[in-house]
Amino acid sequence: MKEEYDIIVVGAGPAGTIAAQYAAKEGSSVLVLEKDRDVGYPVRCAEAINREGLEAFIKPDPKWINAEITKFGFVAPNGKKVIIDLGKVEGYMLERRIFDYELAKIASEAGAEILTRTYVNGLILEDGKVTGVKYEFRGQQMEVRAKIVIGADGVESRVGKWAGLETCVDFRDMECCFQVTAANVQCDQDTLFFYFGKEVAPEGYFWVFPKGEGTANIGLGVSGGIGKKRSALSYLNSNLEKFFPTANILTQVAGGVPSVITLEEIAAPGIMLVGDAARQVNPLSGGGISSGMIGGSIAGKLAAQSIKNNNLNYIKKYPKEWHKARGKKHKILDKLKDGIYSFTDEQFNKLIESLIKLPSKKRTIGRFFIIALANKPSLLKEIVKVFVI
Amino acid sequence: MQYRQAKTGKLLIDILPNKCDFCGCCVGVCPEDAIELKEAEIYIIDSRCTNCSKCIWACPIEVIKFDKEGVPEKQVNK
Ligand SMILES: Cc1cc2nc3c(=O)[nH]c(=O)nc-3n(C[C@H](O)[C@H](O)[C@H](O)COP(=O)(O)OP(=O)(O)OC[C@H]3O[C@@H](n4cnc5c(N)ncnc54)[C@H](O)[C@@H]3O)c2cc1C
Ligand code: SF4
Ligand code: SF4
Repeated sequence: MKEEYDIIVVGAGPAGTIAAQYAAKEGSSVLVLEKDRDVGYPVRCAEAINREGLEAFIKPDPKWINAEITKFGFVAPNGKKVIIDLGKVEGYMLERRIFDYELAKIASEAGAEILTRTYVNGLILEDGKVTGVKYEFRGQQMEVRAKIVIGADGVESRVGKWAGLETCVDFRDMECCFQVTAANVQCDQDTLFFYFGKEVAPEGYFWVFPKGEGTANIGLGVSGGIGKKRSALSYLNSNLEKFFPTANILTQVAGGVPSVITLEEIAAPGIMLVGDAARQVNPLSGGGISSGMIGGSIAGKLAAQSIKNNNLNYIKKYPKEWHKARGKKHKILDKLKDGIYSFTDEQFNKLIESLIKLPSKKRTIGRFFIIALANKPSLLKEIVKVFVI
Repeated sequence: MQYRQAKTGKLLIDILPNKCDFCGCCVGVCPEDAIELKEAEIYIIDSRCTNCSKCIWACPIEVIKFDKEGVPEKQVNK
């Protein structure tokens, strides 16, 4: 361990370890600090990822893949179900416990140092610039300096706040989640199931994602606005009773998804934010693994380049590059989310009904949204943009 | 700065008996940076908390509650 690094990454989730890997590959000295004792655990995630988003960063490996996804299933409030067959493998179910660990290993092979059980509790600020972090390690308060700090500290991120960035998530935009991993679940191992409706998961959805051999991640998210009246846990308990009364629960976990567009400011002198910390989650689906890795890769590369060129102003390019890669799209997805959240059960029923009527070859995710939007014509323009981008 | 394992006082985080899952929803919505969340510990930073209740609403498992003098934990049917 050195006294000073080029780059310090706070948090060893996928966004942090990808940032570390990309920075180390470009020759920077990198230290990753993680508060938990294990990278990848606990798993606060339903573990689904789209194929392209994964393959852009790592070759799928059976070691950490539990299922290959070729279908989406949507279940209406009235119980009617429609399957959209994608025709080929378009997604994977990860074993994040192993996946996150693998990403950390790759980062360390690229030269990054990783330290777990290290709780970052402050920043060193000099002349309005971040120049290091304060942390607690084995009961001792310590400091380490860096030219650039990358905050990859997840939904609970505080690093950005300490640097003066506005990172607070409106409670109505926080998807408050509870999930179990259960055995003895009858579900298709190639299909991601989404359930909608006011009873099931208002302002969110209830998911059943296969995890191989009769097991599945079963969970839901509801907005903090709903959480004000009834908690995610309470909704999940009734859903389990209703849909999976014989499921044997193996693990249970709470979690939060910041379902918003990316923060206005994700870089400031000496600091960059990536992943959930930057609010880089897809606001419609709540998926943040692949978008976090995209954010992490852009930030890691730019941070290393600014060190190489001895020009820390380089990191100013980050918001623009993120916006081009994903941020722009997230703005549209966020509007879609607002539209779909305001659906009544009746509208959901009608939507699924019209999909069921289509021949299965004509059912696509795109059509799902187009029909959804036929109910909300004002959003039609936005959806067209999603497909053009 | 005063850190307090929030079991007493105006705002109460009931981490006993081990109810908190340390998921971070509350920290994400707290406008005052008033929650300290470690691997398996949670504190309210008393001097910063304004009792705005947002952390209570965001908690997926109803761990955070005000004590008797405060507001009821969930505003059921409201
Ligand atoms: C219930 C649930 C289901 C989800 N399902 C999916 C899904 O199916 N597909 C998908 O793509 N996404 C899903 N997501 C979102 C996804 O899990 C996140 O977007 C993703 O993990 C973000 O990666 P990250 O690296 O930004 O943050 P994280 O993976 O959260 O990593 C942040 C790390 O920072 C550490 N940390 C935090 N504070 C400190 C500190 N002060 N000091 C040191 N370390 C710190 C944490 O311990 C953590 O390890 C889901 C989320 C939830 C809650
Ligand atoms: S939201 Fe609830 S469960 Fe999650 S860390 Fe806060 S108090 Fe604990
Ligand atoms: S009541 Fe408000 S200020 Fe106090 S800890 Fe909760 S969210 Fe933060």
